Amino acid sequence: MPSLGTSFGRGGATNFQQDLANSDCIVIMGSNMAECHPVGFQWVMEAKLRGATVIHIDPRFTRTSANASRHVPIRAGSDIAFLGGIVNYICQNDNLFREYVVAYTNAATIISDDFKDTEDLDGLFSGWDAKRHSYDPSSWQYKGMDLHASAGDTEELEPRAGNDRFGGHGGLLTRAIPPDRDPTLQHPRCVYQLLKRHYARYTPELVETTCGVPKDVFLSVARALVENSGRERTSAFCYAVGWTQHSVGVQYIRTAAIIQLLLGNMGRPGGGIMALRGHASIQGSTDVPTLYDLLPGYITMPHAYHHTSLDAFIERESGSTGGWGRMKAYMVSLLKAWWGEKAGPDNEFGFQYLPRITGDHSAYQSALKMLDGSLKGYFLFGQNPAVGSANSKLHRFALANLDWLVVRDLVEIESAAFWSNGPEIRSSELKTDDIKTEIFLMPAAAHTEKDGSFTNTQRLLQWHHKAVEPRRDARSDLWFTYHLGRIIRAKLAGSSDAKDRPVLDLTWEYPVVGDTQDPDAEAVLKEMNGVDASGNPLTTFAELKDDGSTACGVWIYCGSYAHGENQTARRKPGTEQTSVAPEWGWAWPANRRMLYNRASADPSGKPWSERKRYVWWDDRLRKWTGNDVPDFTADKAPGYVPPDGATGDAALPGDAPFIMQADGRGWLFTPMGLKDGPLPTHYEPDESPVRNPLYSQQSNPARQVLKHRLNPRNENGDGHARYPFVMTTYRLTEHHTAGGMSRFTGVLSELQPEMFCEVSPELARERGLVNGGWATISSSRASIEARVLVTDRMTPVRVQGKIVHQVGLPYHWGFQGLSKGDAANDLYGLVLDPNVHIQDDKAATCDIRPGRRPR
Amino acid sequence: MAVVSGPPPYRDATVVEPQPGQHVGFFTDSSICIGCKACEVACKEWNHVPIDGLNFLGSSYDNTGELGANSWRHVAFIEQNRPVAADGSGGMRWLMNSDVCKHCAHAACLEVCPTGALMRTEFGTVVVQPDVCNGCGYCVSACPFGVIERREGDGRAFKCTLCYDRLKGHMQPACAQACPTQSIQFGPIDDLRVRARRRLADLHQQGMAEARLYGVDESDNEVGGLNAFFLLLDEPEVYGLPTHPVTTTRDLPQMWRTAAVAAGMLALGVLAAFGRRR
Repeated sequence: MPSLGTSFGRGGATNFQQDLANSDCIVIMGSNMAECHPVGFQWVMEAKLRGATVIHIDPRFTRTSANASRHVPIRAGSDIAFLGGIVNYICQNDNLFREYVVAYTNAATIISDDFKDTEDLDGLFSGWDAKRHSYDPSSWQYKGMDLHASAGDTEELEPRAGNDRFGGHGGLLTRAIPPDRDPTLQHPRCVYQLLKRHYARYTPELVETTCGVPKDVFLSVARALVENSGRERTSAFCYAVGWTQHSVGVQYIRTAAIIQLLLGNMGRPGGGIMALRGHASIQGSTDVPTLYDLLPGYITMPHAYHHTSLDAFIERESGSTGGWGRMKAYMVSLLKAWWGEKAGPDNEFGFQYLPRITGDHSAYQSALKMLDGSLKGYFLFGQNPAVGSANSKLHRFALANLDWLVVRDLVEIESAAFWSNGPEIRSSELKTDDIKTEIFLMPAAAHTEKDGSFTNTQRLLQWHHKAVEPRRDARSDLWFTYHLGRIIRAKLAGSSDAKDRPVLDLTWEYPVVGDTQDPDAEAVLKEMNGVDASGNPLTTFAELKDDGSTACGVWIYCGSYAHGENQTARRKPGTEQTSVAPEWGWAWPANRRMLYNRASADPSGKPWSERKRYVWWDDRLRKWTGNDVPDFTADKAPGYVPPDGATGDAALPGDAPFIMQADGRGWLFTPMGLKDGPLPTHYEPDESPVRNPLYSQQSNPARQVLKHRLNPRNENGDGHARYPFVMTTYRLTEHHTAGGMSRFTGVLSELQPEMFCEVSPELARERGLVNGGWATISSSRASIEARVLVTDRMTPVRVQGKIVHQVGLPYHWGFQGLSKGDAANDLYGLVLDPNVHIQDDKAATCDIRPGRRPR
Repeated sequence: MAVVSGPPPYRDATVVEPQPGQHVGFFTDSSICIGCKACEVACKEWNHVPIDGLNFLGSSYDNTGELGANSWRHVAFIEQNRPVAADGSGGMRWLMNSDVCKHCAHAACLEVCPTGALMRTEFGTVVVQPDVCNGCGYCVSACPFGVIERREGDGRAFKCTLCYDRLKGHMQPACAQACPTQSIQFGPIDDLRVRARRRLADLHQQGMAEARLYGVDESDNEVGGLNAFFLLLDEPEVYGLPTHPVTTTRDLPQMWRTAAVAAGMLALGVLAAFGRRR
């Protein structure tokens, strides 16, 4: 989420799915929304029915394409060239929403004279350190402003640009109003001119030869977006992991952010960028979170060397201006929630109790550590890396090298059965007798068997109630975690060892209910919401204090249990409230359904147009009002000018809608927060059948390539004979991710009963593939077999004068369950985006031959 | 009366609680079907319909194949790659439609059933009573749509009941409730007919000349009208539906009359022959 975070201030989807109905044009790219989000897709259909143009840009013609106004086939891995082409179209034709851009983005800001673009350095930005394989971002800064704090560290263990701060957002400037701006956007070093120059070569012709999208088709998309943006009209983007899962994935989303800022589509009804998540509560898992480098509410996880004290942590990680200026209140309240009375000013509120990170401890790095024997135990909660993670074969070897493994799932998934039933056992690459991993398979309760909340794709928390008791030994994750903690604490009781204090001092008293002694989930929600010194639930994060008088487990969820009521359980029907439906569930932050909605009004506080009115300034009442909770200080007048030396939100002027950014503006250019550059640049995937047409720098220089004998890479570049085709993975409506919830269920398995691949009739002819027959798909990692589906929905694309074939691979299958098959992820390597360490499994190369794989 | 949420064109459409004596059925609008197969899953879960085997058919995304004893809803997937015309029309099209028992007004299956297992309910629907069915299979060959089938290993005939048990409980059928786009609509037949015709007019106005209704008018078939009708975007055959369905028992009375006449003639002939001998 650092793409949205650095562009707008928060990592969450900027709008809500129901609001898509208000769009005049919806571009769905990197997503198969109709298949993977069929319920949310109804609002896209509603927009279309109201006359909106719906454009689906995807390598495959999918169920989404079938319902779109237009499908645009594209070469997988070339999206930045396409989107950059749209940026160029907007700039060259002067189609930007100038008033919006000048007031609400950093377009006018002058950038340091030291900055050099990829156009100057053949695919690299200034600051590249080849030896350390990372960027020094100091030359990317606003002119006249220093990079806050972090420069000059000698003990740095991570790449220096974008240290995963706050999930990467623009919180760290030393001043809210940059010293050097040119509102005419003419200054050659202003962001807008740098941007215009950066994308000048992304012409319709370049798009055609790079993406395989004919020039006139590309231009029709660009025109549709431009014609449906401005005062009277708005356009929206929807994306999912088809954008994120690339070695330069964060920058894909950044390019869309640039388009939406230039066209003035952010913070307005029918606009925004809809980040579609893959699971029921993936948003929740980043909010609370399950990520190694974040604390709840996107607070940075302390680093062993940089954050020696609470004060040093706040000094280094908290901006002085904008929403993150109050980070100490959030952090201290979090520490109070966890260590209660044991957290006080005399012990830095327990800051030293927090674990520390020393580098990249993400899932893929962890797998390598299992392989080298330095990671010995592992918990898998509802995750199935033996099928669902790129290079799943490497993961099976990694799991086989653990001392112990706890798998909590509904069924005996592949990650729990690799030792007896995996393909490596059958091929004798692993022997059951040699695997020392002790596996504890703990049956998990399904969501219908426990109370709790989902935080969905639009930051909306919705409570679900237990419908039935879990069967036999199945228990909720909450039950498991609570009782594991309870037992560990009981075993440590009486210990005088200092290292046991953080565990023993934890607040771990939750009421338990029922025969199963399940902790009361509402008590956990209440802790997340936070309480004041007397134990009364807080109503908003504005009430959080940095003196230890408030406790709050997840500051962005503050308000979800306001007035002692479970706000997430509200289910007032849509017919009994406005279309924004503020009384259905509860959305963070502060129940704001559309983020940055101050931007729906012009700088003076009036709606840009009647048709698109949403939130506005009421001069009589002296406050912001409208259809939604204003994402702005309620009584801060549009004309407010911050006094000198103001900090936090008070440092932002009354016309700065992106309140979490240190300068209150949407960032077209990101001076900090990202590890691979301030502007998105087209790089070829790590494995590509063609050369980068723009630079001799073929792929993202900052991408992470994990080196291991089980992780070889396909030879790269021009028409390589061995792996000439592009392969891309995806999901089907009928199955759920790695299959644990669907391949073990008869009614779902029969609907898509076997692993298959999708190929065009042209590729089928070229390789002798027969519909309904078998094919073997190979990469340097593995060979897998699949049934063949020959379909016109796959289109070969013409790139740099030659035909590029693409192979479609659903990734649901594995060796357990009713419906079994080879795992597509066996084919993929571990090459990662440097910002979020996500794998590139939407565009790699492969070969395909008729027949079953060798046995 | 509950109000359905969701997209137009059916935003204001209301789900009427089924009442005995009122003829109810389905209107399936294929123009907004997204092929999610939620109807197939909901049907099987509610009605405990067994799994039909894990068979990869290589037929687009359709692995159900056809309606049968173990498939009471079937989503057809039709891929069409048409030449692109000068006005930009044509190109790739992926049609989807959820097929189901039509609950014909003149139901041949019911007419041929010798045990009375097949019956017309108080909602105007056609239901097999499994405890009466003797598995003779006459209904199977009688159905003009190939809907009803005997279950392997069981022998009795099974098909969509239009969720008779749910109707009795004043609920709509499981498939209609599960449909996320309101492609499957349930209600009194007369209301659905009005809705279908209005929708067709809207689509024609939007320039979708290929849109057509199937089974709405009694005149376009000889099964006396269907209690499950469709809005299609191509010829019915494309979706595996007969263009002009005929009640297979339509000619039975005439056949019996002809047979009677023939038998009479034969009898007369025999009489005459024997008479001559005598």
